[in-house]
Amino acid sequence: MMFFRFHDTPFDAGAARLELLDASAGGYASFEGWVRDHNEGLAVTRLEYEAFEDLAVKEGERIVREALQRSPIKHALCLHRVGELAVGDLAVWVGVSAAHRGEAFDACRYIIDEVKHRLPIWKKEHYVDGNSGWVNCEGCAGAPRHAATHVHARDTHE
Amino acid sequence: MSSEVAPIYGLILAGGASARMHRDKAALAYLGKNQLDRAYELACRHVPRVFVSVRADQVNEPTRAQHPLIVDSIAGGGPIVGIRSAFSAMPQAAWLVLACDLPFVTDAVLDHLVISRDPAQAATAYRSAHDGLPEPLCAIWEPAAAALLESYEAGGHSCPRKFLTNHRVKILEPLDKRALDNVNTPAEYTQALESLEAARPTDRMRIKVHYYALLREQAGRSEEILDTAAATPADLYAELNSRYRFSLPREQLKVAVNTEFSEWSRMLTAGDSVVFIPPVAGG
Repeated sequence: MMFFRFHDTPFDAGAARLELLDASAGGYASFEGWVRDHNEGLAVTRLEYEAFEDLAVKEGERIVREALQRSPIKHALCLHRVGELAVGDLAVWVGVSAAHRGEAFDACRYIIDEVKHRLPIWKKEHYVDGNSGWVNCEGCAGAPRHAATHVHARDTHE
Repeated sequence: MSSEVAPIYGLILAGGASARMHRDKAALAYLGKNQLDRAYELACRHVPRVFVSVRADQVNEPTRAQHPLIVDSIAGGGPIVGIRSAFSAMPQAAWLVLACDLPFVTDAVLDHLVISRDPAQAATAYRSAHDGLPEPLCAIWEPAAAALLESYEAGGHSCPRKFLTNHRVKILEPLDKRALDNVNTPAEYTQALESLEAARPTDRMRIKVHYYALLREQAGRSEEILDTAAATPADLYAELNSRYRFSLPREQLKVAVNTEFSEWSRMLTAGDSVVFIPPVAGG
């Protein structure tokens, strides 16, 4: 089974959920990341996602395998968009099935957090004023970085 | 007995008459560098201090004069006078003696010599691939050899190879049959030059680089194939940064080699594919 995939066009989260069904699973948790219309005080009109796909798929698979080893979940899957996205579009989806809800929530959280920090994926925001910029790469070059808090602070959808 | 091991200094022999070459051997160039400078720089990578051994009438010759010199104590002697003059100048040191006319000696040859050194012997030397005898002019001579050399010369001898044959010496097998070949005639020089030129592409490697996101925009391309002398991803980023003036310092990046995260200090090999990874923003 593949645990991580890229899509360069909109994908159906409902269909992805079906891949996680299991008679021994009593719960299912998912996370959806959507394109938000603002970031750091700027009005966002659209986004571009770009990925080093060969390495990102490898690392994404590793993250989901880690989640499967950390807690007794049944199945897990993560899908990520690349290309042009509009406000409101689905950018990333994580689904986990497990015997009990606690493991499902925990694994879902683990996967999305690790995906954000580890996968070679970049996001370019286009703003209402016509400017654009690569998130985490511009305006703060040379500033001290703390990966976890920094990424979350600039998150488009939390 | 003192447990102090003598420090090793370098002695590049450049006092030869170059009779068969019909021109000064020290000034012969290989790959754009004269062989005295080449040997000097090579030795500097393995020992803390390096001197060039010259005859008194060579001290102002420009190729030699730019280096620290040890001048022969007597005129008209061969390499053994150069070695003995070095012991007189600094009796506490062992000497990594290297003739300047050995164009095939590499870092690996000197590294193996220094690592394998036995300070309890008079010298550590390679076995010649041609006659099986110890090679005196790419060898480490210990301070204890100084007194032995004096009595050897007093007995009317001057051949350093025979000296090593008759004294306690640690012998190393050569790493490569040709490594200690010397170059004495114009024909040998032409041959050596051709062979070093032919080997040159190994200095530069063909590496493929892919660019993503901000780096792609700043490089103005998504990929390129480079012939580079960069040994590591860190060297490669420095080279590309000087060309493209990337806004991101290396400290903010990660690097992947052949589709796997890598250390910046990993040694690159020909055909590797390298990706510099700017700060990520997935999810």
